[in-house]
Amino acid sequence: MSTTSSESLKSNGAFLGRRIARADGVAKVTGRADYALEHDLADIVHAVIVESIVPSGRIGKIDLAAAQTIPGVLRILTHADALPLKSCPMVPAGSVMESFLPLQDDRIRYNGQPIALVVADSFDHAIEAAGGVRVDYQAEPAVADIDDPTARPIDVPGAPSSGMGRGDAKGALAAAAVRMEATYTTPREYSCPMEPLGTIAAWGTDGDLTVWMPSQWAEGARRAFSEWFAIPMEKVRVISPFVGGGFGVKVTAHADALLAAMAAREMRRPVKLALSRPQNFTGNGLRPAIRQNLTLGASEDGKLQVIIHENTSETSVDDDYVEGGAATARVMYAVPNLSSSQKLVRVNSFTPSWKRAPGEAIGAYALESAMDELAYKLKLDPIELRLRNYASQDPESAKPWSTRRLREAYDAGARAFGWERRSPEPRSMRDGHELIGWGMAGGAFPNVHTPGEARVTIAADGSVDVASSGADIGGGTYTILAQTAADALGVPFEQVRVRLGDTSLPRAPVAGVSQIANLLTGAVDKTARAAREELLTLASSHAGSPFKAKRANDFTIKDGKIAPTDGSAEAVMISEFMRMVGRDRIEVTRNTMPADKASSESEQRDAYDSFKYMGPSSATHATYAWCAQFVEVRVDEDYGTVRVRRMVGAFDCGRLYNPKLAESQWKGGMIMGMGEALLEAIHIDRRYARITNNNLAEYVVPVNADVPDIEVISVGEPDFHASALGGKTVGEIGVVGAAAAIANAVFHATGKRVRDLPITMEKLM
Amino acid sequence: MNNFEYVRATAIPDALRAVADQAGSRFLAGGTTMVDLMKCGVEVPSALIDITRLPGLDTIEAGPASVRIGALSRMSDVADHPTIRKEFPVLSESLWRGASAQLRNMATIGGNLMQRTRCSYFREPGVYSACNKRNPGSGCAALEGVNRGHAVLGTSPSCIATNPGDFAVALVAFDAAVYVENGKPRRIPIDDFFTLPGDTPDVEHPLSPGELIVAVEIPTSPALRRSHYLKVRDRESYEFAVASAAVGLELEADGRTIRDVRVALGGIATRPWRARTVEAALVGRTFDEPTVRAASRLATEGAVDHGEDRFKIDLAPRVVARALLTVGGTS
Repeated sequence: MSTTSSESLKSNGAFLGRRIARADGVAKVTGRADYALEHDLADIVHAVIVESIVPSGRIGKIDLAAAQTIPGVLRILTHADALPLKSCPMVPAGSVMESFLPLQDDRIRYNGQPIALVVADSFDHAIEAAGGVRVDYQAEPAVADIDDPTARPIDVPGAPSSGMGRGDAKGALAAAAVRMEATYTTPREYSCPMEPLGTIAAWGTDGDLTVWMPSQWAEGARRAFSEWFAIPMEKVRVISPFVGGGFGVKVTAHADALLAAMAAREMRRPVKLALSRPQNFTGNGLRPAIRQNLTLGASEDGKLQVIIHENTSETSVDDDYVEGGAATARVMYAVPNLSSSQKLVRVNSFTPSWKRAPGEAIGAYALESAMDELAYKLKLDPIELRLRNYASQDPESAKPWSTRRLREAYDAGARAFGWERRSPEPRSMRDGHELIGWGMAGGAFPNVHTPGEARVTIAADGSVDVASSGADIGGGTYTILAQTAADALGVPFEQVRVRLGDTSLPRAPVAGVSQIANLLTGAVDKTARAAREELLTLASSHAGSPFKAKRANDFTIKDGKIAPTDGSAEAVMISEFMRMVGRDRIEVTRNTMPADKASSESEQRDAYDSFKYMGPSSATHATYAWCAQFVEVRVDEDYGTVRVRRMVGAFDCGRLYNPKLAESQWKGGMIMGMGEALLEAIHIDRRYARITNNNLAEYVVPVNADVPDIEVISVGEPDFHASALGGKTVGEIGVVGAAAAIANAVFHATGKRVRDLPITMEKLM
Repeated sequence: MNNFEYVRATAIPDALRAVADQAGSRFLAGGTTMVDLMKCGVEVPSALIDITRLPGLDTIEAGPASVRIGALSRMSDVADHPTIRKEFPVLSESLWRGASAQLRNMATIGGNLMQRTRCSYFREPGVYSACNKRNPGSGCAALEGVNRGHAVLGTSPSCIATNPGDFAVALVAFDAAVYVENGKPRRIPIDDFFTLPGDTPDVEHPLSPGELIVAVEIPTSPALRRSHYLKVRDRESYEFAVASAAVGLELEADGRTIRDVRVALGGIATRPWRARTVEAALVGRTFDEPTVRAASRLATEGAVDHGEDRFKIDLAPRVVARALLTVGGTS
């Protein structure tokens, strides 16, 4: 069951704001949506990666003799003969993209690192030969994980060791009447997109490279190929119309994409490289294991005086990936004194990276768990504690919120959940062998913005084509851009076709940080309005126009028909009008760059293929999406197994372009939060610094049977500081707070505070 | 995956001959275990003898004295068999709580008995050289590794790999027999079918090469009619057991005194584990929760943990008790 109040918002158009089923849905469920590896090319050959089975050291001798006897083997590349590559410093070092380049030297950084590439006439031959490559290793000691006895926390290179903050955290803590300190630990996690990583690469005779790969950011991948192979951007085309789940895994191009392109260049033939599921666990960055130490100081009446957040997280040997977690603490409550500090632990792993709501998901878990602990300490209802510390402006910047309907979210969520019937004592609610627990938590997700570009074409038949290289990673970009264009132009939704995920189309930044919906609706709206303007200029001035009105704004376009607003003439279908004025198309391309930068090609490149232009969506206001989540768990008193029986999430995400799709995003996020709270953990054998559960049988995520009824509620209102069309971020906020709400519910059920995720049965037995 | 031959057998003697004729050949039924193990490099057969077209091996006969299930019966067909569902619940429950719907539609009963351990160290032969099950004498990487999923009963210094079966636990609880063909039929009591690892964890059953399972037979009993399979796992579905119990109960005419009780455990032992000490402690006693709880504690007597799997020594008796309380109607 879902309820959405946003459907009645005044700002909604004919299509935006409506619960329209996803435009790509039928193609996907009938198998007609072609994913990258389903692409067919003549003359294609297959590549399989050979991975290191030690975590650290040097590659000694590689014996290829046995592998080369396998029929169909065409080539085996190793560091000895692989093409030298250039590094791609496209994003701040290690922030989302590993700096590691495969087959460039004999050094081994992590267990699972690519150390050879077999190319054969079939996948089966390639995989058989890969199993026959013999490698001598000169193994060296490795640091397996954050808890390894040899692990050493270090300061983040380039960052102040004292961290960041406001006020006088130390003094405030000393003066605080009530203190709460706890350490929360979260394991390494993998986001398990259903579509594994893999790439098809083909070089043309003129040195141009075409790549089919699943990508959250085709322009970013394009830049990576351009830098790695030292070829102009214009020579690279990345095609990624459908993405079978991104979650951060497909933000940038990884070794599979690079090796496919490298092999294709060597072979002068198209190469297909499909990672196995186990290889996916070491083929991209996982969320690192993280230790968060939180100290809260409050007055007797529950006014927070200070938050101290100390984070230690894993990173790799080569890069400084920071998954902080303090961002939520900085904005959630009106607390005058705050300090946050960050340490890193270098481990022998793939460079960690984004997993849906990086920072916020784990930050909210720790903060909102600590708030629950404080509420119990103060004998206050957890919502009451939060209301007593409600921030009426951004406590970090002192800027006003653009919109913050968090109070409404607490209220709507609590009402839908029936929170007032909760008996606050732990272990006070039960049903047979099951202990019942009710928990809640809140969350925040920042609203960032990057410019985008779009092309809108009105064809002679009146149909509309919308084009962008931006991605639909499952959130519904295809659908909402069609809604946007239909509204802006006044044509039926069905008349709009959207093309995405191809660098031959107008450019877009990353589908990450939940920004793509807001920025592309803004770009498409602007472009479609320009196309409408051009159409109506013809209506008012072209000799073939049947209309007498002389100003563009004297016209209305509705249901695909142009008419003078004053009713002085019959409405004319756009197709008919195009014939009358002798046009076969109207094509408009626009971008949403700042006006002073819009004409600079290099600035535009920076906007679309780097993070340079990614920033807060408002200079004057603090813009965030907000949520309050409520959970009922049942804990079996014998087994300690936790089952989530109900979830209610109330969200302030501004205006919803399509409530049906937004609700899916929220629910999916909440389910992902359930996985983080109860099931998901990478297991590492410390002797080998190797992931032992590198498959979907042993890396356990929720299945349908685990997922209860989830009720989601929108409490948002249009926020035009957040985006051109009034929406705030939707894609990741559902994860934020879910794990804390579950952990808090588990405490309420059992009286046991588990501060180490996931909460598996042995921790409660 | 390496090259292999594929042979489709149409009659049992042909199938037996095909396997006997070629070293390194394997039977292929539903393929859900065999193909999986080939993909991870544990099985490298020279030939697969497809037995799915053999006639007469997929019948299910649920009679008054016994239930006889042909080896090619699909897990889903047995789980959904109306008589089995109604009369012998543990057999149906232990099947539909295993795997996923898609796998149950493919996997056969014979293959189900032959499924192999999920031990991570067993399943990555290209990475872990030490595995006595794959490579006798090479050692056991799991002993000091990630071993939450490993066995605490029936282990040896050579191997602590858990038998992953669910249905087999029910078979062990109810004295089933496995029928095999090797030219002449042979009946193997289920207790003899699953062997302990000892010094030879590579040997998991007494079948000789070329022997083919043709059926399993479960004698009916009042306890089988009042039976239950309880599976405890981290998530609700599609996961191997952390601990499970197949139980059955028969009370005397007084409705209180235990005449017959069956208890077997899954998820915590190197083979489906019959808990006869629990049974012995309960027969003749009055059925009530304290008695059941106390007797169930015997289920893990003598268990040996390896660190991460220690909690299962406490967990398994609770699973046994709850399963018994469920069939006893007190829970």
